[in-house]
Amino acid sequence: MKKKWLSIPYALWALIFSIAPLVIIAVYSFCSRSPYGKIIYKFTFEHYRKFMEPIYLNVLWRSLLLAMISTVVCLLVGYPMAMIISKASLKKRNILMMLFVLPLWTNFLLRTYAWMVLLRDQGPINQLLLSLGIIDEPLKLLYNTGAVTLGMVYNFIPFMVLPVYSVLAKMDECLIEAAKDLGATSTQVFLKITLPLSMPGVVSGIIMVFMPAVSTFVISDLLGGGQTILLGNLIQNQFLVARNWQFGSAISMIMMVLIVIAMTISSKYKSEDGGGLW
Amino acid sequence: MKRIVLLMVVCMLMVGVVGCGQGKTNEQGYYDKLNVYNWGDYIEPAVLEDFEKEYGIKINYENYATNEEMFAKIQAGGTDYDVIFPSEYMIEAMMNEGLLQELDFKNLPNYKNIGDQFKNIAYDPDNKYSVPYFWGTMGIVYNTKKVDGKIDSWDALWDEKYKGDIVMIDSVRDTVGITLKKLGYSLNTRNMDELEKAKEALIKQKPLVKAYEVDAYKDMMISGEAAMSLAWSGDAMLLIDENPDLAYTIPKEGTNLWFDAIAVPTTSKHKKEAELFINYMMRPEVAAKCAAYVKYATANTEAMNLLPREDVENELAYPKGDLFEKGEVFIDLGEFTTEYDRIWTEIKVH
Repeated sequence: MKKKWLSIPYALWALIFSIAPLVIIAVYSFCSRSPYGKIIYKFTFEHYRKFMEPIYLNVLWRSLLLAMISTVVCLLVGYPMAMIISKASLKKRNILMMLFVLPLWTNFLLRTYAWMVLLRDQGPINQLLLSLGIIDEPLKLLYNTGAVTLGMVYNFIPFMVLPVYSVLAKMDECLIEAAKDLGATSTQVFLKITLPLSMPGVVSGIIMVFMPAVSTFVISDLLGGGQTILLGNLIQNQFLVARNWQFGSAISMIMMVLIVIAMTISSKYKSEDGGGLW
Repeated sequence: MKRIVLLMVVCMLMVGVVGCGQGKTNEQGYYDKLNVYNWGDYIEPAVLEDFEKEYGIKINYENYATNEEMFAKIQAGGTDYDVIFPSEYMIEAMMNEGLLQELDFKNLPNYKNIGDQFKNIAYDPDNKYSVPYFWGTMGIVYNTKKVDGKIDSWDALWDEKYKGDIVMIDSVRDTVGITLKKLGYSLNTRNMDELEKAKEALIKQKPLVKAYEVDAYKDMMISGEAAMSLAWSGDAMLLIDENPDLAYTIPKEGTNLWFDAIAVPTTSKHKKEAELFINYMMRPEVAAKCAAYVKYATANTEAMNLLPREDVENELAYPKGDLFEKGEVFIDLGEFTTEYDRIWTEIKVH
C-alpha cells in the first residue's frame, strides 16, 4: 500500500507534462483557425488533409530518409565502438566510457556551433588542408546534407552506443567460448552468437537515434544553412512564422503516430530480461 | 501519509503567496519591476542600468529573434511582459488581435522629439498604440574585393558569377519580399500569380545560395566567406565598421522600409511604469546612446543632433528624400500568411 504513494509524484508529472500537452496538441490539430491563427473550437480535418499535399509529403520523405541514413551510420560506427568498449578490461572500460560520455556534458547547441566553426571555409579543417597543399580552394563542407548528417550522427551516436554496450557487457562469455570450442570462426561467432544476442540493444539504439533525428530542427538550421526543410523545421515554422498552430499540431500528431508504429515493431525484439532501454 | 500530502499542499500554497508578494512599490511610488522584451542586440545596455538607478525599478530584460516568436509568446499568454519592440506589420497584427494597450500620451511628453514623418504611419494610423524606435531599409551588403563594380539592383543576387557566395535571409517576408520587388510587384501582394513568380525566381536562385541565415550572415560577411548578403541597414553599418571592404546598397527597384516601435502588450499589469520607460527611451540623450550602439537610424530627431555627423549624414543609414518612395512598408498579411509559408516550404523542399 505504502509503495503506491511513491508513484504519485511521477503520475502527477506525467499527467501535467506529458498527457495534458498531448491532449492539447490532439485537440488543436482538429480545430479551425481565424485569419490571425486563433484557435477556433470547430472540428475540421483540414490540417491532416493539407499534410497529404505533395510538398509536405516530400518534407516527410526527406526527414525520414535523412533520419534513416543517420541511424544506419550511427549503427555502423556505434556497434564496433560498443564492442570495443565492452571487450576492454574493467579499468579501461570505465575510462573509455568516461571519455565517451564526457563531451555530452557540453551543451548540445554549443557542440553544434563548434561543428560550424570546424567546417566553415576558413575553419581549421580547410586551413589545414590548404596549408598542406592538398586542396587549392576551401572545400564546401558546411551548409549541405552531408553536414546535417554529420551533425546528427555526432549528436545522437551515444544513444546507439550505450544500449548496445549494455547488452554486450552483460553477455555470457561462455557462449562465445563454447562456439569457438566447437570450431566456429570469429565471423561465425559474431554472426550466430554476438549479433543475435545483442539485437535488443541494437533495436533500442535504432529507436533512440531515429526519434530525435526525425524531429530535429536545430541541426538542419545551423549546419544545413536553412537549405532544406525537415519535419522539425516545418512544425517550428507553423508555430512561429505561419501562425498556424493547428497545422503544426497536426504534423506533430502524424509524427507521433509514426514513432509509435516504429516502437511497436521494435517491441517484438524486446528480450525477456529487458536488455533494451524499455 | 495524509500529513505529508497536506504538508506538500501547504508548501505549494506558500510558494504561490511568496511568488505574488515579490514585487512591491518602491520609495518613488513605482512598482519595482519591469519586464522588457526586445530584439537581441537592440539597446545600449548602459541605458537600462541608468533607468534602474534613476527610478529604482529593476528591469527584467529578455530577447527574441523574430517578431513571430514574440507574437507567439504574447498570444499564448502566461507571460507578463510590460514593454515590447514589435515591427510595423506586427503592431498591426497585434492591434487587430487586441494584444496592445492604448498608450496615454499625457505620460509621454518626450513624444515631441520624434520626427513628424515617423508619426501616424499606416500601421498605427492614429498613433495610439506605439512610438517609433528605429527604422531602416533592407539592401545588399557586399564585399568590394569579391564583386566587380557597383551593385545597384536585386539582380546581383541572381548573378551566376557568385554561385555559392550569396547569402539570403532565412525569413519568408524579407526574402520573398525583395524578390517581389525585383519582379516589380508589391511586397505585400496577395496575388497568387505574383507570388508564384516570386517562388519560381527563388527556386532558380537556390543553387547559387550558400545559406539562408538570420544572424550568421554577419560573421560570413566580416570574415569574407561570402561575396554578398541580404542585410538590414543597421547591421550593414556595423559590418562596414568591422570590415572596410564591405559596402551597402539599396537597390533601385525599391526595398522594404521598416519601423520598429515600442509598445505595451495587454499582458502588462504595470502600464504606468511601462510608459515611464517608453518616455525615458525617447529622451534625446538616451535615444542617441542607443543609436550609437545599435547603428540603426533613430526616429528621434532631437537625438540625431547628438550623434556624430558622419553617422547622420550617411545616406545609406539615413536615406534622404521621400522615404516612402524608396521603400514599401510591410502590411500584415492576415490569412494570406499561410500562403507565404506554403511557397517558402516549396522553395526549401525543391
